Amino acid sequence: MWNYSEKVMEHYRNPRNVGSIEDADAIGEAGSLSCGDMLKLYLKVDDKGIITDAKFQTFGCGSAVASSSILTEMIIGKHIDEARKITNKQIAEELGGLPPEKMHCSVMGHEALEAAIANYYHEEIKPHEEDETVCYCFDVSKSFLENEIKNNNLKTVEDVINYTKAGGGCGRCRGKISEILDSVNAVKKVEKLTKTQMIIKINNIIEKYISPELRKDGGDIELIDVDENKIKVKLSGRCQVCNRSQLTLTHFVEATLRQHIDENIEIIQVKND
Amino acid sequence: MTNSKLIYLDNNATTKVDDRVVEVMMPYFSQYYGNPSSIYEFGGKNANAIKDSREIIKDFIGAKNQKEILFTASGSESANTAIRGVLSGDRSKNHIITTKVEHPCVLNVYKQLEKEGYNVTYASVNSSGELNVEEIYDAVNEKTALVSVMYANNETGAIFPVEKIVEKVKSINPNTKVYVDAVQAAGKININVKDTQIDMLGISGHKFHAPKGIGALYVKSSVLLTPLIIGGHQENGRRAGTENVPFIVGMAKAALLAQEYQNVEDTKVKYLRDKLETGLLSKIYNARLNSSASIRVPNTTNIGFEYIEGELILLNMNDIGICASSGSACTSGSLDPSHVLKAMGIPFTALHGSIRFSLSRYTTEDEIDYALENIPPIIEKLNNISPFQNELKELKRRKGLI
Repeated sequence: MWNYSEKVMEHYRNPRNVGSIEDADAIGEAGSLSCGDMLKLYLKVDDKGIITDAKFQTFGCGSAVASSSILTEMIIGKHIDEARKITNKQIAEELGGLPPEKMHCSVMGHEALEAAIANYYHEEIKPHEEDETVCYCFDVSKSFLENEIKNNNLKTVEDVINYTKAGGGCGRCRGKISEILDSVNAVKKVEKLTKTQMIIKINNIIEKYISPELRKDGGDIELIDVDENKIKVKLSGRCQVCNRSQLTLTHFVEATLRQHIDENIEIIQVKND
Repeated sequence: MTNSKLIYLDNNATTKVDDRVVEVMMPYFSQYYGNPSSIYEFGGKNANAIKDSREIIKDFIGAKNQKEILFTASGSESANTAIRGVLSGDRSKNHIITTKVEHPCVLNVYKQLEKEGYNVTYASVNSSGELNVEEIYDAVNEKTALVSVMYANNETGAIFPVEKIVEKVKSINPNTKVYVDAVQAAGKININVKDTQIDMLGISGHKFHAPKGIGALYVKSSVLLTPLIIGGHQENGRRAGTENVPFIVGMAKAALLAQEYQNVEDTKVKYLRDKLETGLLSKIYNARLNSSASIRVPNTTNIGFEYIEGELILLNMNDIGICASSGSACTSGSLDPSHVLKAMGIPFTALHGSIRFSLSRYTTEDEIDYALENIPPIIEKLNNISPFQNELKELKRRKGLI
């Protein structure tokens, strides 16, 4: 038995705004029958851009119906651009929370809303072929996963399964999901570090992993400056005159820093004038 | 809104413990609490209770002698003990045959054994849930250590012809051992291993009105079994651990009662199951029978409600006091729908909206009438939420309703 909030139960028992709108100004769809849940959202929008009516039809579990139902209540009366700002987190919060395994229901609500608004503005939704499919069981694309990981601050493969269903079927794509998590979260890490933090971190890594190796060969390295992911260093001692110093920089120094800080780090060598 | 009514139609999940079972168990908690292995009479009384219970379970499944019966803590333990225990010897015999629709407590053992280097052949089922037995026979070879087939499927109730299978398998390779998971058969149909060549067979008490936490494993006397749980001498050294006397006594009582009520299963339970099944199928236009196997246990039906989702159906049934279970993904927390229904090739339209109803001797006609009266309006309400209105309309048209 799921630990559903009172509000979730209230909404699947008495879903609001069920049905379709014949002359809808926008229709958005998310999910599919084979995936086990699907939502169709219909919007009526007046000439000022206010959503005057919203209706839904959902194939899915209790929390899917509740998410759809509350979503219609959240957007009716709002300007379409205001509605666009609603996140899946807000849908879940409005329901008094959802069990972690059911967060994907709020994501589906959000997806259908996005699709409906895109439909309203006649925006083109990125054709699927251009995007890489990661999870074939539930047909989830890479760009969708990257967005959800960023927006919901997802940390583990389990989080991703709970929010997007990707990886929850045969499980074959879990390695790929883990890679995507690493790359999205690695980028975030770099964004978060201030320049001072970055300098301290790099110096620590140099002290611990890089300098000791170079010193063995009678050389050393010094950090000169950091400009986002470009890291300026100066080689000293015998490294300065070593004709293989460029190899040392890319294969050892850059690789070590990439491993510890970020994949995108670039090493720039500053030479003595 | 939650109803005080309780209509329990989920007896393949677990059953109500019979009051008479509870009654015989009670003295063994606080009165006769001695250790059966002790030398004094106070403990010896319990050893006798176990002996009597073993005799009853022996007769319940038709074993030849008491030594062939091991008490375990569950159907899962019976399966793990049997499978692991019989495979431990010759690693050159690394082939196993089972079915795609086994219970996870068996299936996941084979998934694990695959990682440990075994080759496993999974026999398929047809759209009615009947086993394609030829696939088993075709796969048997000199390396086949074990064939493992369930007696009755938990989701569809389909009964597999285990006696025929074991006979044929042994005729191809007499050294191949055969394990039968009879958890869903025991208490519903008559089991008699005596006249078969079945090597091992597992049962679980709580599926036939004994409490949860007690099971048994039949191991033919000629079969060498390496114990899974190592320790004391209990169960002839094949399952260590102080015996769970009250539960063993309870399961034995439940087995006696099951034999006594066997005709009720064949008559009343079957009648009520059929009434529920035909009633739902005739009253609900988007209902389709998943469990159409020609031979079935008497208590189980599995119905797919097309274009609506199972968890939502269960939640709405819960509100009016009806308990059943679903092959839908959403109910379990896993995202994949039932492996059994998928193996049967049940169409996506009905896969996620499949509900299993399983009755017991406690089910009454009033309860079935209540279900027949109250489930159709729920389905109607949920049909209205579905985004597949056109498909539903088409279904209605095809059935000549519009």
